[in-house]
Amino acid sequence: MPKWDWLEKPATPFNRGFALRVAAKALALFALCNLAFALLDPLPALSRISVYNGLAPGRARLSYGEDPARSYSLSLDNLDALFAAHEVAAPKAADEFRVLFVGDSATWGWLLRPEETLTGQINAAGYTLADGRRVRAYNLGYPVMSLTKDLLLLDYAMRYEPDMVVWPVTLESFPRARPPFAGAPQSFDKQLFPPLVQHNPGPVRRLIDAYGLDLDPNDPRFVDLTFTDKTLIGQRRALADWLRLQLYGAAWAATGIDQVYPATYTPRQEDFDDAGVTRFGDLEAQPLTEDLLAFDVLRAGIARAGEAGAPVLLVNEPMFISAGKNSDIRYNAFYPRWAYDDYHARLVEMAEANGWRLLDLWDAVTGGDAFTDSAVHLTPEATGQVSEQIAGAVLKLAEE
Amino acid sequence: MTLTHIVVFVVLALLCGALVRGRGRGWLLMGASVVAVYWLQPALRIPYLDFAFPAITLALAVVVWAVTRAGDQPVTREDGAALGVTAALVLALAATRCLDLDTAAWWSPTAARPPDLPSVALALAALGIGAVLPALLGGRRPWVRGAMVIFIIALFAVMKTGPLAQTAAGAVRQLAGRDPALASATDLGWLGFSYVAFRLLHTLRDRITGKLPALSLREYLTYVIFFPAVTAGPIDRAERFVRDVRALPDLPGLEASRMVQGGARIVIGVFKKFVIADSLALAALNPAIAAQTGSTLWTWALLYGYAFQLFFDFSGYTDIAIGIGMLFGVKLPENFDRPYLKTNITAFWQNWHKTLSDWVRFYVFMPISRNLMMRERKPPLLLIVLAAQMATMIVIGLWHGVTVNFVIWGVWHGAGLFVHKVWTDRTRKWYRGLDEKPWLKRAWAAAGVLLTFHFVTLSWVWFALPDFDSALDVFLRLFGV
Repeated sequence: MPKWDWLEKPATPFNRGFALRVAAKALALFALCNLAFALLDPLPALSRISVYNGLAPGRARLSYGEDPARSYSLSLDNLDALFAAHEVAAPKAADEFRVLFVGDSATWGWLLRPEETLTGQINAAGYTLADGRRVRAYNLGYPVMSLTKDLLLLDYAMRYEPDMVVWPVTLESFPRARPPFAGAPQSFDKQLFPPLVQHNPGPVRRLIDAYGLDLDPNDPRFVDLTFTDKTLIGQRRALADWLRLQLYGAAWAATGIDQVYPATYTPRQEDFDDAGVTRFGDLEAQPLTEDLLAFDVLRAGIARAGEAGAPVLLVNEPMFISAGKNSDIRYNAFYPRWAYDDYHARLVEMAEANGWRLLDLWDAVTGGDAFTDSAVHLTPEATGQVSEQIAGAVLKLAEE
Repeated sequence: MTLTHIVVFVVLALLCGALVRGRGRGWLLMGASVVAVYWLQPALRIPYLDFAFPAITLALAVVVWAVTRAGDQPVTREDGAALGVTAALVLALAATRCLDLDTAAWWSPTAARPPDLPSVALALAALGIGAVLPALLGGRRPWVRGAMVIFIIALFAVMKTGPLAQTAAGAVRQLAGRDPALASATDLGWLGFSYVAFRLLHTLRDRITGKLPALSLREYLTYVIFFPAVTAGPIDRAERFVRDVRALPDLPGLEASRMVQGGARIVIGVFKKFVIADSLALAALNPAIAAQTGSTLWTWALLYGYAFQLFFDFSGYTDIAIGIGMLFGVKLPENFDRPYLKTNITAFWQNWHKTLSDWVRFYVFMPISRNLMMRERKPPLLLIVLAAQMATMIVIGLWHGVTVNFVIWGVWHGAGLFVHKVWTDRTRKWYRGLDEKPWLKRAWAAAGVLLTFHFVTLSWVWFALPDFDSALDVFLRLFGV
């Protein structure tokens, strides 16, 4: 039968009644599908279906990308889909000592290929424990600086049976929202600003409640879905993102590329103008107390991992220490000295007081050439040095 | 064509069916087509070029109509009215400059701010006096038609040849007071020119051979720039198209069968193009990914992705064009009929971009083979077939762009068609014998489908990649070399 005969030569000619019935049924079916989608909410279940770890290898890091056509990776807020696409979702081997790394872009590996990241270099080194278990590190970093975002990912990742969690942190992830005050009209918040946090209000509120976090569960930035938002039409972007993530599996598998590697970039800042040189965000020199920094989120993460039987190794991330103009006032583009020194002292003090394992690497990497486009982004070689130090601490903690 | 364009065309078709009667439908189609060539034209980097290209398309169509009029065909009042309406529409579009519209909005009829009205009026007058009038007065001489054919082919060659297009873009930039050093072939993004040029050549050639029926300017303009088919075909034949246009006044308004058929084709086309093809594009071979891929297996996967993306994209567009055409009462020709399920390469080419294949068969294959057959010292038949098939497929390749890769792609298919011809000639008797062994015949057909599909798919490597080295690299990688 020629291809279009069913349409052009139907057994019964189409008439107006037929056309109207088709239109009415199509509309009814469409409305029904939307209603069913809103009521059944199949997106989480659908999101756990993934071509990764099956047809395509699991991604070495969480999908993130602002230029998907070039990075074969996209930013999405669907935790189920993000994790289902990650290699951590593959079954745990019997002889595997599973170490999950959470953190910011330094952990995720900005400008680094997957094999050049902290986890990539630890895995390449092939560490084993005394009992014969192979250390297998998973990169669950996400290139946004926020402890709450780290906690959200850590919480989700506990289902993947970690034996240990490594959590590199830096001061920039700590600031929390607070009422604006004179001299600082804008609140410098790093906890609820990431879209990933705002679009996952359920899990974040649960964490706020469970660990008594000093974050506002009714913050207006949380995106709570209305009934309309839950329909097929409302969820079309989420569905399209899920589909695109699956389709990029082919490109990821073929190329091993998951971010854009620019030929050139602006190097981290060395000299600092006088204007605002003493400011940390919107703050002038003052004690960085717990109402300003979210140590409670850090505490919650350690507790959450502990509940799953995974000790946490905190790492105070290495950072660039400038020797340029105004470097006596400022370490780097992120931090004036007063702020970082205060944070540093508090972190060490708190770790000692609470029995947290802290690997303090803040000044472990020297030389401006070790940093790329920001004060916390390392070159592959410098990342290798840091990975050796972290691996040493991981092995030590694992044997305890 | 975007989803917005499609929705607007569908609404226009429904309004036209409900409100417009008789001869008004033909006029509406022409008017809508004139406006649509501007509306569909994307913005270009060189100022006002996105306004000039549609104007040149219209001017070319008017001039070619004038020179392709039959010997006894007068210029009627209706032709004058069509010319006047076209000019008035162009001026009205230029006048939107005064409204200071947001040209990024879907309802803006032009992609960028049009030139000022006096300049457009002056340009139209110059075109009328310099091109249309001479064509009307003396255009029916045979040498003028021949010269038009050469002019359009030359224009086509410039647009399709990277270095020539870049040089032309440099010249246009200089005229526009822009830096010619920044010229790029992509500056000349002339919407639908490939299709328009082939329609113009078809009518010129058919007038020379006396096959073209007499067409009014309104009919001719509508044929050349019929908006559903202006961006991606199909390439209809004028004599067939005009039959539908002339039947428009007698068509029932919102005829249910036409609405259902057209609507169904649009829905199917939208699904193929915007869901399947656009999704597959993320997992399809392209120059960037080709350079980054090392694995043989995944290179095959990406190539399959490209093969299906190309099919669903193009056939989806065709379905949409046919569907919109149906809503307006014009049945455009089919372009695809399950090409990847054909058992041999000849059948593939009878079902892939059929209207282009037919065009090239009429105007390249047949003249070449006829010419060779008529020679006093006739070459061997096989040589004639080889030459005609090679020329046909190379022309199809060059229609996509004048590059080495498209020539190789054409030679690949020309060779495939030739080998298939020789093969079927020699195995015809054996193949007929398979009628008694249906299972073997089915297995043979399945093997044929697989072989044909892979033959075609491998050729897409030359099609998808812009230069010889990268295509050869991917080609070798597919075989683990």
